[in-house]
Amino acid sequence: MAEIPTSDYPTIDPTSFDLIVSSTGLSASLLAAAASVAGKSVLHLDSNPFYGSHFSSLPLPSFLSYISSPSSPPNLYSDVEASSQSLPEPSRSYLVDLVGPRLLYCSDETVDLLLRSGASHHVEFKSVDSSLVYWDGKLCSVPDSRQAIFKDKSLGLTEKSQMMKFFKLVQSHISLTRSGTTTESGEEGGVMIPEEDLEMPFVEFLKKQRLPPKIRALVLYAIAMADYEQDNGDSCKIVVSTREGIETISLYTSSIGRFANAVGAFIYPMYGHGELPQAFCRCAAVKGALYVLRMPVIDILTDKESNKYIGVRLASGQEIFSSKLVLDPSYQIPASLSPRETVVSSNLSSYVAKGVCITDRSLEPNSANILLVFPPKSLHQEQSTAVRALQISGNVAVCPSGFFIVHLSTPCEDAALGKEYINSAMKALFNSRELPAESVQAQTKEEGESVEAPTQEEGETKPTLLWSCAFVQELREASYDGAVSICPMPDANLDFRNILSTTRKLFQNMYPGEEFIPQNSAADNIDDDADEGSPE
Amino acid sequence: MHGRPRKATKQEDPAAAAAKSARLRELQSQLLHFHHNRIYTKEAVSVSSKLLEINPEIYTGWNYRKLAFQHNLKEVSDTDTDTDTETIKSAIEDELRMVEVALRRNPKSYGAWYHRKWILGQKLVLANFDHEFRLLDMLLKADARNFHGWNYRRFIARLKDVSEEEELKFTMDMINTNFSNYSAWHNRSMLLSKLLRKKAKGFHEEESILSDEFELVRQALFTDPSDQSGWFYHLWLLDQTSTPHKPHLVSSWPSDKLNIEISAQFKEKCERFPIIFCFNQQVDGVNLATVTINSKLVSSEHITWKPLSANNSRKSKIWVGFLENFNKYCDNSEGLSVEISVHCCESIVHSEFVMKLSHMDHQGKNGDGFEELFLWDCPKSQEINPYLVSYDPWRLRVERVEEDAKWHLDTLSAEIALFKEMSECDEDSKFVKLTLTRLLGAHNSIKSGGSAYFEEILKLYDDLIKLDAPHYRYYRDERSLVLLDQMTSSKDSLVEYCSRCENSSFSCINPQLCINFSGLNLTRIGFVERLLWVQILDLSHNNLTSLLGLEALQLLVCLNLSHNQIMSFTALEPIKSLQSLKVLDLSFNEIGSHPVDTTRYLCSSPLSHSCNVTETMEELARENIKIGDFWEAILLFESLQLAQLDMQGNPVTNERFRVLVEKVIPCLKWLDGKPVR
Repeated sequence: MAEIPTSDYPTIDPTSFDLIVSSTGLSASLLAAAASVAGKSVLHLDSNPFYGSHFSSLPLPSFLSYISSPSSPPNLYSDVEASSQSLPEPSRSYLVDLVGPRLLYCSDETVDLLLRSGASHHVEFKSVDSSLVYWDGKLCSVPDSRQAIFKDKSLGLTEKSQMMKFFKLVQSHISLTRSGTTTESGEEGGVMIPEEDLEMPFVEFLKKQRLPPKIRALVLYAIAMADYEQDNGDSCKIVVSTREGIETISLYTSSIGRFANAVGAFIYPMYGHGELPQAFCRCAAVKGALYVLRMPVIDILTDKESNKYIGVRLASGQEIFSSKLVLDPSYQIPASLSPRETVVSSNLSSYVAKGVCITDRSLEPNSANILLVFPPKSLHQEQSTAVRALQISGNVAVCPSGFFIVHLSTPCEDAALGKEYINSAMKALFNSRELPAESVQAQTKEEGESVEAPTQEEGETKPTLLWSCAFVQELREASYDGAVSICPMPDANLDFRNILSTTRKLFQNMYPGEEFIPQNSAADNIDDDADEGSPE
Repeated sequence: MHGRPRKATKQEDPAAAAAKSARLRELQSQLLHFHHNRIYTKEAVSVSSKLLEINPEIYTGWNYRKLAFQHNLKEVSDTDTDTDTETIKSAIEDELRMVEVALRRNPKSYGAWYHRKWILGQKLVLANFDHEFRLLDMLLKADARNFHGWNYRRFIARLKDVSEEEELKFTMDMINTNFSNYSAWHNRSMLLSKLLRKKAKGFHEEESILSDEFELVRQALFTDPSDQSGWFYHLWLLDQTSTPHKPHLVSSWPSDKLNIEISAQFKEKCERFPIIFCFNQQVDGVNLATVTINSKLVSSEHITWKPLSANNSRKSKIWVGFLENFNKYCDNSEGLSVEISVHCCESIVHSEFVMKLSHMDHQGKNGDGFEELFLWDCPKSQEINPYLVSYDPWRLRVERVEEDAKWHLDTLSAEIALFKEMSECDEDSKFVKLTLTRLLGAHNSIKSGGSAYFEEILKLYDDLIKLDAPHYRYYRDERSLVLLDQMTSSKDSLVEYCSRCENSSFSCINPQLCINFSGLNLTRIGFVERLLWVQILDLSHNNLTSLLGLEALQLLVCLNLSHNQIMSFTALEPIKSLQSLKVLDLSFNEIGSHPVDTTRYLCSSPLSHSCNVTETMEELARENIKIGDFWEAILLFESLQLAQLDMQGNPVTNERFRVLVEKVIPCLKWLDGKPVR
């Protein structure tokens, strides 16, 4: 890190807080907000000159230097491979999410939390226009509702009726569960899914419902958002149970129509996901938290005798004391403070491969913001994970209008393999700019031969890649001991639900008995919550 | 708005409710005061506004406003010509605003919608269509199926002269938003019909358009078979596919090339000979100008044509004309040869027949027949076929099929295959079953010799009766029609139900052939066009409640309706026109069982001045019989010349009733199996 004269750092007063948070990632910001709401005094620091840490949205050049910087400690981002093209100009008007591709369900807890905390006053959302799935080498829309099934052109008639029947079953199960009916064979014609079915793998349940493979894939990967190939049986890393599958569908369907002006289940924040941690920081600031950016923590102070945490030394040399500390996942924790417990111990993949593409045309005409899923095996015979892609447009103010950013990701064990999937997904979606000479040649040849061929090709023309890059991010779990908690890195999921529940656990560990951002914490703003939370 | 349980209205605070009703009463009496005294001042009109804002259902309020509007408009145009349009404009705007307020209170207020239409329909100034369409969008967004909204949209579209194509696109948008929308599907069918009829640009090829629509509605049906709206549209499409657009003749009596042998007795007794035409749909205009007769002896002036329909409409599927005094012409050895051409319904239909005196005259008794009781136990006989060969009502039908029906048959077959598949995975869906049944029926009706699906259809109706008990009457009716279709579909099948009547002594045109449809659970009568020639018909031991259709059987002499469920004399209206009917068995029905006859108002009666009080009625009245209780019976029996009547086992029958019958039918010889007098 560049030498900054110590005189540039502000002096912090007071020198003792209930909590020091050194990171403005989403999880850290939530903890700062929650602690402030609970009446704790909070010092919130970040070594970067911007908010958000690993959850930030950065201008393209900054993004590139952030993930390629050798100084970003040890290999959180690796294998960065950017296209040789020059950055599209004006490059600073492209805002790239570090957490991408990511979305919020209209009904998920993150949205509730935004409303509850009043953070929704600082963020606006736009809705995702359509949901696609890559199937048989083509992009098809995901028939995720009765109306979408009706309109879908790729499903056969029997498939439509099978899919609708399945949705009706799930719907009836969900509504009976919500109304609290416990009897398994519901009265009034409602049917509940029996308990033993809920425990079985979701894929088995779908087979039991006699759904054909295509519909199974649609439900598993494009609606229930399963990451790993579910047909593999025991070798599958994370088997989605029927209960989990149905819960996701329940969230999905309750999201549709929650906000009158959101067309689908998903929303995306204007100016990128970096806005979310900032919004929670503002909530914390309102409740009295003190903010200092560009202020790295350079050392952790421990009590000589007990070897317990007592405070931190900042880059300014100042020592600040607190009873609790929250750190960024990139922070190298001294061995003296271990052993540590991770919040979620799982055999998750250790990496997520990501891609960022910039194009000048939408993947689908008439849609600006699109979620796209490549189910396992749709790209490669050996592809064992789903690849998700999210196209966002100028209308969410992350790029100049008329241009599009496409984020891709897939969890992986082996960085090279993950990147290979990302690259083949990119190839499936876009024409690379390196090839234009060839394609022009091919076209002129065909023009002489037949009239029909070129028009057919024209219809299939893919958007052209203006710029792209692929990289691998390490997944790190949240962990804690008595006084020091470490926030998680962004996970490989589409939404923030896991990050949120991890954060909640960290908070409960820090302040047992305190409520995590209680219902009335934004009482003064509660009136217009519904409008504010909805996309415009 | 739809499919959601209605919330109980909130219990209002009794004091507030009382205050509200007091205010309503006060406003209402003020309104009536202004209305009666024709006071149309601003203050007076504002009272009606206040009233209608609270309760848009007060029609007098709307009517008062219409009068006020006209009155004030007239005053303006009388006094001042310069500010005319501006004043009119603001007056119209006031009315529209008022309606909007009322509609916000109740979007389904007929009076308010009508008022809006009335105002704009005057076309005093150019309507602000943008505003109207915006309003409609708002309304249909809140409740996409609101038929008031759809009605109003049609009105506005017509007023603005919006093209049908554009409106068709709008229905598609609405269906894409939510296909569970009867109004959208309905409007689509209306618009398509118009466009197809006009042969508008892009709508020349009806078959390809309809194929696309089948494809569209299939998406809805398969996505959610339990939603009814798509099924209704499918029913419309099926109708477009299976029903020929143009009316055509389906059968006639006497049929083409028929040689009729007439017994001497028949010739003696009957002065009028009926000629009957049956069309596939209601037609009008069968008259002297459209029917030409080519014959040495008779000319078209000898015949007057009249429609046979239960109501007094000028349109009918069945037309009858009587050849008067025909017996004069039958004597010569060549017989009477007649060639008839019908020019109505765009094509010309020819029919030629010959009437001759029968040589194998009945070794009959003298007198006018019916000296003996007619009995209904006709034994089955072998020698029936020859006659049925000579009379062939099935030929016309075969001819028609040859009209290029390929697309229709292909479409129907494809749909049948599809819904069979669907019914396999969805066994309990009544819509799937019913549609399949209708498709099979339509296929049968188009395909020449189409009898392939009868058993299947009958079985499907049996299933439906079990599956959907609340609608069993409908299924039973449809089932009866299918059964009749099957029985009359060909000579071979009809022979099974024929027998020869040996015991009768009366005169017949044909060898005394009895059609026996007894004990078949029939609830309705149909396919009469194939039975026009029948003279003896046994419909006993069925479940008939209605006799509609029987009016076509003009040659009927003996009719057995015993052991059915006929509830009233008004239900017998169709047989009133059967002039040759001599023997009528109505025993063991339920005539008189129900004190209130709801169909009574449909029939002609002295009460509705559709017929006059007759002499017989007056005579009966003198004998202290309450004709008011029996006028249907009197009118019925008066119009028939029955020789034999059986009324046993009906609640209405008693000694007094017998007296009445004997009075009304002077030529009656047998009543309830006993000789009269």
